[in-house]
Amino acid sequence: MEKQEYNITVYTENQIGLLSRIAIIFTRRKINIESLNTSPSEIDSIHRFNIVISESEDVVRKLCRQIEKQVEVLKVYFHTNEDVIWQELALYKVSTDVIAEKVSVERLLRENGARVVVIRKDYTVFETTGHREETDTLISILQPYGLIEFVRSARVAIIKDSDGFNSKIREFERLEPGEEVIENEYLNQGQKVFTM
Amino acid sequence: MLDALIAEGVDTIFGYPGGAIMPIYDALFDYSDKLNHILVRHEQGGIHAGQGYARTSGKVGVVFATSGPGATNLVTGLADAQIDSTPLVCITGQVFAHLLGTDAFQETDVINITTPVTKWNYQVTDATEIPEVLAKAFYIAKSGRPGPVLIDITKNAQIQKFSYEGYTKCDHIRSYRPKPIVRPQYIQQAAELINNAKRPFIIWGQGVILGSAEDEFKAFVEKSGIPAAWTILGAGAIPTDHPLNVGMLGMHGNYGPNVLTNECDVLIAIGMRFDDRVTGRLDKYAKQAKVVHLDIDPAEIDKNVKSTVPVWGDCKETLPLLTALIEPKTHTKWHERFDDYSQQEYDAVIHAELNPASGELTMGEVIKQLNELTKGEAVIVTDVGQHQMVACRYAILNKTRSNITSGGLGTMGFALPAAIGAKFGAQERDVIAIIGDGGFQMTLQELGTIMQTGIDIKIIILNNKFLGMVRQWQELFNERRYSFVDIESPDFVAVAAAYKIPGKCVSDRADLAGALKEMMESKGSYLLEVMVTKENNVFPMVPQGCSVAEIRLK
Repeated sequence: MEKQEYNITVYTENQIGLLSRIAIIFTRRKINIESLNTSPSEIDSIHRFNIVISESEDVVRKLCRQIEKQVEVLKVYFHTNEDVIWQELALYKVSTDVIAEKVSVERLLRENGARVVVIRKDYTVFETTGHREETDTLISILQPYGLIEFVRSARVAIIKDSDGFNSKIREFERLEPGEEVIENEYLNQGQKVFTM
Repeated sequence: MLDALIAEGVDTIFGYPGGAIMPIYDALFDYSDKLNHILVRHEQGGIHAGQGYARTSGKVGVVFATSGPGATNLVTGLADAQIDSTPLVCITGQVFAHLLGTDAFQETDVINITTPVTKWNYQVTDATEIPEVLAKAFYIAKSGRPGPVLIDITKNAQIQKFSYEGYTKCDHIRSYRPKPIVRPQYIQQAAELINNAKRPFIIWGQGVILGSAEDEFKAFVEKSGIPAAWTILGAGAIPTDHPLNVGMLGMHGNYGPNVLTNECDVLIAIGMRFDDRVTGRLDKYAKQAKVVHLDIDPAEIDKNVKSTVPVWGDCKETLPLLTALIEPKTHTKWHERFDDYSQQEYDAVIHAELNPASGELTMGEVIKQLNELTKGEAVIVTDVGQHQMVACRYAILNKTRSNITSGGLGTMGFALPAAIGAKFGAQERDVIAIIGDGGFQMTLQELGTIMQTGIDIKIIILNNKFLGMVRQWQELFNERRYSFVDIESPDFVAVAAAYKIPGKCVSDRADLAGALKEMMESKGSYLLEVMVTKENNVFPMVPQGCSVAEIRLK
């Protein structure tokens, strides 16, 4: 099967060591994690991982089952790039003098959908968000003007079918009837739930 | 912590003290009437004993070790328990929390070292967490697909005083789903496949035993009339001589079960995970068959073999549902195929292995003679290698939880400590450890544990003066280039004697039966070394990279 980029979304408890437990599922199989973002989700105490890898669907499905098997993982989804809206954020630091003298800042910002985060005497920081090619383009534009420093975030991805997805997690929390709740019958049963 | 263990029904602990776990051991001193602590000779011995205990008793094995080297010595056993789904709770001491990450004396990052080989692990730095964490540890270790759990407790938490408000067992963790919900439509579909099958074949694994579903499994097999074969960890779930039990699967399994895997039309896999030693070459494995896979672990479904119908769930629940929907059948003609292959295997391999008229002793005849004494009632603990395959092939097992061996990890040195634990887990049963001359030398220090506890296990060393399985491969696949398999051994009987364990060494056929009888009748532990022929090979064999249908008889 063809390898392609997959966006793996993992909902977990907030637990020390879980990042390592998830990461070794990839490293054990010598699979490179191309991008990893972890952050609190919209639900209190539940974290969301966005992981990007290039693999075949079959491999990704098996990896997701191994991840979901971990005790502190609630749910794992995987999607191709077509099924998600995704963004990466990039910051660019350039010399204020050079930029002010040689570059039409207004045109640059407009054409690249960038904005200025900070202007100091000695440096200016631009910010842009977009796909990899888009943030790469601005690097090549700024490079001739002495790009001092560049950083790009991991990918964050929203699943296009996000209504259903979001409400599923809410269902877990409220324990309303639904297929996922049947699968996760012990989710959040008030006093009976054991949390650390 | 010790009260928590008692509340969980723990009666036996295998362990070894050290600096970072001293406060726990100090407390244990006052609990010696309630908790039987077995002092092992090496932490690896401790954890293998815990595994043996868990495997015979069905309870959670509990192991104590200190920080640093104590904890790292557990790693082999954790990996073994993880791959063989053995429920364990290991408690390791750790340096004071304020010293974590400072390269303190006997500090290692135990949590990260053990993450890949534990079902769950957790570091406690605050004593108030201990009751909850232990409750969670026991729940995780034994529920769903069982596995090892490690709890690392820093020394400050061990000496910290707090107000203990009693112990509450854990029965739910919101992010953890130990048992998938049974889906009736899959049971229905599986039953239809089975009812329409002309040549159905059941293969079962340890899941039947771990799920305590032996009765449910037997009822299913008997109503269906389908021939059933086992993986080595599944051995004994139904008796060896049950008429529907057609034998062992895999690399050194029986002829018919391997060949006919590639001829059956419906393959019903129950509580097994299609290990490569069972499937041989995967792209030529049971391609003609529709596969029904019953497993409690969703990650096992379609992992190695794609299933036509996945039956997720605890087989104790799913098997009766399936049994209710299937039609009683006998499959006489299909059984005859197994009988034919069985006869061919007997003529080509088994007869000569079990009944050699002359020459040196064979491993097979030792097992055969032993069967006559145990009558299939004993717990057989094996190490890893040729003797393991021979013992698993030929030992008669009438009871479940009778075959204790390192299946997935193949840990040499497993048998002696595991046998000690197995005996503590099943004190009313005879426990016989069958070990090679190589593996015995990996953990023979546990003879000291036998000496000190006075426990009664019988040890048979099948000595072929070689690391036999590797030698067999070198003979068959490396043009007899016997690279470092010629192993010299000490006088095992004298070693045992140094530990006050009586023993004997036999090499003549005329002495074998008498020596085995003497061993079985002796009070307390006994070591019998049997000198067997040096260059015997275990057959049948599915060579690596071959399909199960390409199994060789010689």
